Amino acid sequence: MPIRFDHKPGLVVYLTAGDPSLDATREIALAAIDAGADVIELGVPFSDPLADGPIIQRASERALARGTRLKDVLGLARELRAARPQAGLVIFSYLNPILRHGLAKFADEAAAAGADGVLATDMIVEEAGEYLAEMARVHLAPIFLAAPTSPDERLKAIATHSKGFVYAISRVGITGKQQSLTADASALVERIRRWSQLPVAVGFGISNAGHVAQVAEFADAAVIGSAIVELVERSQPDEAPGAVARFIKGLRLHDAAPAR
Amino acid sequence: MSSIIFPANPSESRPGRFGMYGGRYVPETLMAALVELEREYEIAKADAAFQAELNALLTDYAGRPTPLYFAKRLTETLGGAKIYLKREDLLHTGAHKINNALGQGLLAKRMGKQRVIAETGAGQHGVATATVCALLGLECVVYMGEVDMERQELNVMRMRLLGAEVRGVSSGSRTLKDAISEAMRDWVTNVRTTFYILGSALGAHPYPTMVRDFQRVISKEMKEQILEKEGRLPNAVVACVGGGSNAIGAFYEFIPDRQVRLIGVEAGGRGTALGEHAARFKGGVPGVLQGTYSYVLQDEDGQIALTHSVSAGLDYASIGPEHAALHDSGRAEYVSQDDAAALDAVVKLARTEGILPALESAHAVAEALRIAPTMAPHEILVVNLSGRGDKDMGILARELKLSKV
Repeated sequence: MPIRFDHKPGLVVYLTAGDPSLDATREIALAAIDAGADVIELGVPFSDPLADGPIIQRASERALARGTRLKDVLGLARELRAARPQAGLVIFSYLNPILRHGLAKFADEAAAAGADGVLATDMIVEEAGEYLAEMARVHLAPIFLAAPTSPDERLKAIATHSKGFVYAISRVGITGKQQSLTADASALVERIRRWSQLPVAVGFGISNAGHVAQVAEFADAAVIGSAIVELVERSQPDEAPGAVARFIKGLRLHDAAPAR
Repeated sequence: MSSIIFPANPSESRPGRFGMYGGRYVPETLMAALVELEREYEIAKADAAFQAELNALLTDYAGRPTPLYFAKRLTETLGGAKIYLKREDLLHTGAHKINNALGQGLLAKRMGKQRVIAETGAGQHGVATATVCALLGLECVVYMGEVDMERQELNVMRMRLLGAEVRGVSSGSRTLKDAISEAMRDWVTNVRTTFYILGSALGAHPYPTMVRDFQRVISKEMKEQILEKEGRLPNAVVACVGGGSNAIGAFYEFIPDRQVRLIGVEAGGRGTALGEHAARFKGGVPGVLQGTYSYVLQDEDGQIALTHSVSAGLDYASIGPEHAALHDSGRAEYVSQDDAAALDAVVKLARTEGILPALESAHAVAEALRIAPTMAPHEILVVNLSGRGDKDMGILARELKLSKV
């Protein structure tokens, strides 16, 4: 299932799986897809999420406290795939849970569950030989992060090895909300496009319709993470899917028509 | 055992690999900084002026070389091998940590980074970093788990007195591991202006190599001193292992000397169950934590386990990748000593030699107490006394009930 951004701007929605429960994450993800999310990133909770700010740290702690395991996240991916065949589905994880599961076993199971791609936060292209081979073997798209600090030669390698889309980090920093987008983001996307024909999604700190509209001017999609995870945190479990759906629809207030 | 990540072409030369361990597993944002650090470090390493400046500070400021002291009474009491103590505890700031902090501090200055961050467990690396920043006129922020701030309060005060800002870390187990995560988050955010002085032979390349290089002076001196005093190499070198910087420093120059046993001592804590100790080679499996591939204490889902040790400096779920390679090759042996044995060793060393070791170093002393009697009187055992125990007086007073004497 190729990852496609049928809407413009495209929307990628990150959810920490298992926060507040696997059932809740499923309902929220379905509501998000129905509200117009092109791609769902299912976050595997990790005990030591060093690239994440406080909002996703707290979500990970809650999910782990509920006993959420990698195999549960893969099971959730399978359910989402069955329920919404058209949606893009990415497993988002730190490396260690994947390694402990077994890289090849993980690749087999993620592909069998119907995931489209994998994003491993702490996997860089130079270390990714075996990882890339496993992703290719099971036809999963390896998605790499590109940062404003990445020099051109690194962006070239990232663009060469990525499939599905390139994830451009909007600013130097960890995940979390922010007031405004910096010039870093558009400059980075422009540099990525020199090396890649893939869609470019911009994430980290994208938290409202204004940000999404800004991103739409220079990129293909926006990734919304902490803003939605915080909304889930603040909502009653049965109200979270509706709240997330309304929020996502609100993000596209500038949306006129499908672009392609 | 979990799958091992190898580059597509195993014959390709990989920077920062120790056997299959090490490497670089970090968010992309840090990669440019790590590559820059690696390059600048290589240039500095080859620069005679940089080395001369570092050596002058190590000599005149830190107090190198440190003595290799023959512990005569301890040796006689145990009735076995001759025990020598490498007195890193006599260094300025009270531990071997100053060797590395001076090296990285000079590198920060050379690279024009005015802001320094560090993590600390026992507080010794934090104090060393705060000291070096005061000396070089650099801004200093130290991350420390709240549990460690409480149990090493004296060092918190020392850092503040030296002008550093100590930021408490309240996430996770609130110990060293969480302090490193928080320091890495700061670095990701402020990478353009900030130098991260990592305190142990851990983390992403080039840190494990760079920290080892700054600490190898320990074994270099040990070797010269023991040859001068005894005319031969020791039978064994013993060091405690948290992240592993004092141990790799004490082992490194002896690695080619196959007849010298290298013994690393991990924290056995208060039990053998996961969560009760920090013995990575007893309960850990290879994995990735905080930038490097090494042995990691973790559960079946790859979640990092909690650890326990009476010593904050050994209380960490992973171990430096070079130790993982030395372990697998069999060149070094790794054992563990528990909290009680470490406390006994503090008392024993204090009362036979008048030396108060840090609780971390006391784990190495405890292993020496165990093996020295099994060795012949002509054999030589060198213990790396990585730090002094003044910082632990609060814990010692409570654990040993000193106020009731």
